[in-house]
Amino acid sequence: MLEIRGVNRSFSGRRVLHDVSFEVETGKLTGFVGANGAGKTTTMRIILGVLAADSGEVYFNGKQLDDSVRHRTGYMPEERGLYPKMRVAEQLSYLAQLHGLTPERARSNAQALIERLGLDDKADKTIESLSLGNQQRAQIAASLVHDPEILVLDEPFSGLDPIAVENVQGVLKSRAAEGIPVLFSSHQLDIVERLCDNLVVIADGRIRAAGSREALRSEFGSSNWELISDLDPARVKSNPGLEIVSAEGRSLVFKANAEMAQEVLKQATALGAVDRFTPVEPTLAEIFREVIE
Amino acid sequence: MSSNRMPVAGSRIALVAMREIRMKLRSKAFLISTAILMLSVLASIVAAGIFGSNQSKTEVAATGSAVQVAEAYENLLVTVSDSAEAAIQLVEEGRVEAALVPTATPGLGFKVVAKDSAPETLLAQLGVFPELQVLHPQKINPLLAYFAAIAFGLVFFISAMTFGTTIAQSVVEEKQTRIVEILISAIPVRTLLTGKVIGNSILAFAQIAAIAALASIGLAATGQLSLLGQFGPSIAWFVVFFAFGFVMLAAMYAATASLVSRQEDVGSATSPVMILVMLPYILVISFNSNPLVLGIMSYIPFSAPVGMPMRIFLGQAQWWEPVLSLLILLATTAVVILVGARIYSNALLRTGSRMKLSEALAG
Repeated sequence: MLEIRGVNRSFSGRRVLHDVSFEVETGKLTGFVGANGAGKTTTMRIILGVLAADSGEVYFNGKQLDDSVRHRTGYMPEERGLYPKMRVAEQLSYLAQLHGLTPERARSNAQALIERLGLDDKADKTIESLSLGNQQRAQIAASLVHDPEILVLDEPFSGLDPIAVENVQGVLKSRAAEGIPVLFSSHQLDIVERLCDNLVVIADGRIRAAGSREALRSEFGSSNWELISDLDPARVKSNPGLEIVSAEGRSLVFKANAEMAQEVLKQATALGAVDRFTPVEPTLAEIFREVIE
Repeated sequence: MSSNRMPVAGSRIALVAMREIRMKLRSKAFLISTAILMLSVLASIVAAGIFGSNQSKTEVAATGSAVQVAEAYENLLVTVSDSAEAAIQLVEEGRVEAALVPTATPGLGFKVVAKDSAPETLLAQLGVFPELQVLHPQKINPLLAYFAAIAFGLVFFISAMTFGTTIAQSVVEEKQTRIVEILISAIPVRTLLTGKVIGNSILAFAQIAAIAALASIGLAATGQLSLLGQFGPSIAWFVVFFAFGFVMLAAMYAATASLVSRQEDVGSATSPVMILVMLPYILVISFNSNPLVLGIMSYIPFSAPVGMPMRIFLGQAQWWEPVLSLLILLATTAVVILVGARIYSNALLRTGSRMKLSEALAG
């Protein structure tokens, strides 16, 4: 398990991280979401030791994450970059060796990832000659090539075509299933929603929410209900504490607690047929909006 | 998983250094410019050899048994003298370039007497090494000294600039492409810097050593052995001084380059170092006949790689002087590396506008 404990950081007097603490469970995909400038990249850089924290610590399996463990982390920085004039296979193998792998293992890992990410015919091409999408795949390969025991990926899906997104999701899931903690940030909330087991929400350098997707849903998701019936929206409105989200023909979406919702249902059945009555799962976007408000 | 790892700092430095070397050797521009540099060194030596042996007839005076020796050479214009004294008198008066007089000592049976410096052309034409007597020795032919100044100055300047710029661009490439974030999440910053400095220093050293070897072989092959004898020790010292001097310059290039984030800014960021590289070249050409300036130059670490070999060539340096100067250079190099590593570590992750040196030092 990766633990971030009480991390603070300022840049030229401006505090960008306030007592940031959260956990990234082993074997789970944890999504790290927040607006631009919320502190995601700074937090990730501190986890990787690329940047020093003013105070606070990062622990991996109960031990402080220092230089002796750091080369076992896999990192994909927000701003992409590999050596433009190095060939893909050569570059991956170099990075793997730099992380401490033997040359043989480095080469075989590089080859396996090249195949897995569909770069087979690009192995001997220089990075600068690849399309942006393929450069991105190579970048993901670079963060995985040394069998990392921790994965930290800053916006791994930005700039990927839909096929590559699928591809990378598969790779990340299988790495997590192998039992390593995976933390990734993304502003594509639909992907995070689909992929993540756990979520960490950061705003203005403070952790606003952290936990499993379900827990966050029940904690923060406003309870919306969808009702298709003959009930007149104007009449429903008169219920205290109820808020109408949308009304269109016979379909009505309203916000209310469970008790009130049952009350509305009763009123509807009294009037005639109810074609649908269901709680509406809040989307991550909605949770996110509510959390940071 | 951990059995596949070999977390040895030395092997990582070697990895970084090897990459620097591999990528440089892959650059066609570098290979072509190196070939041109090598060819021009060789060409100037061959030209000097041809020039030396193809000159119009050299006037010499000869006496006794040496007359026969002298007349055996087609391109010598021989004046036969009655005695050794008469022949030497002709040399004193400047009417002939040298005199060939018989000697009793075993060997070639004659010696060459010249007025103020070794008659290079004549010796080249003779192709043998007779005993040499210089009547009023001026230590070094001034033209030769000037040539030596240009050679040391230019080779230092070109090599230091070529590889200094290489390491500067390599530092900025890593910053600009942001791969530096991945690199320093894998290895400590100092390991990265050390590897880069060592890699480029090996390249620079190899080039200098190759030029020195080429110059020596060229001189030997074209029969200019007396020149080789004169240049030999200073060339050897030049190689040694350059090796350490370049490590210092490489650290400075890396540190100043790390202040900027774009290739376009490398030139202006490294210009202070560029001046330090250019200055010895300009000074040695302007002041190669001024022992005081050369003396000062030979102890200042930045100009010592040019100044000290020059003084050794001119015979102005005592045996201990290059040793002392080298120690000063080593101490300075150590300090520069420490300061450079600090700047480099602090500046590496800063992107955007150029960072002030004071900011980078403060951290």
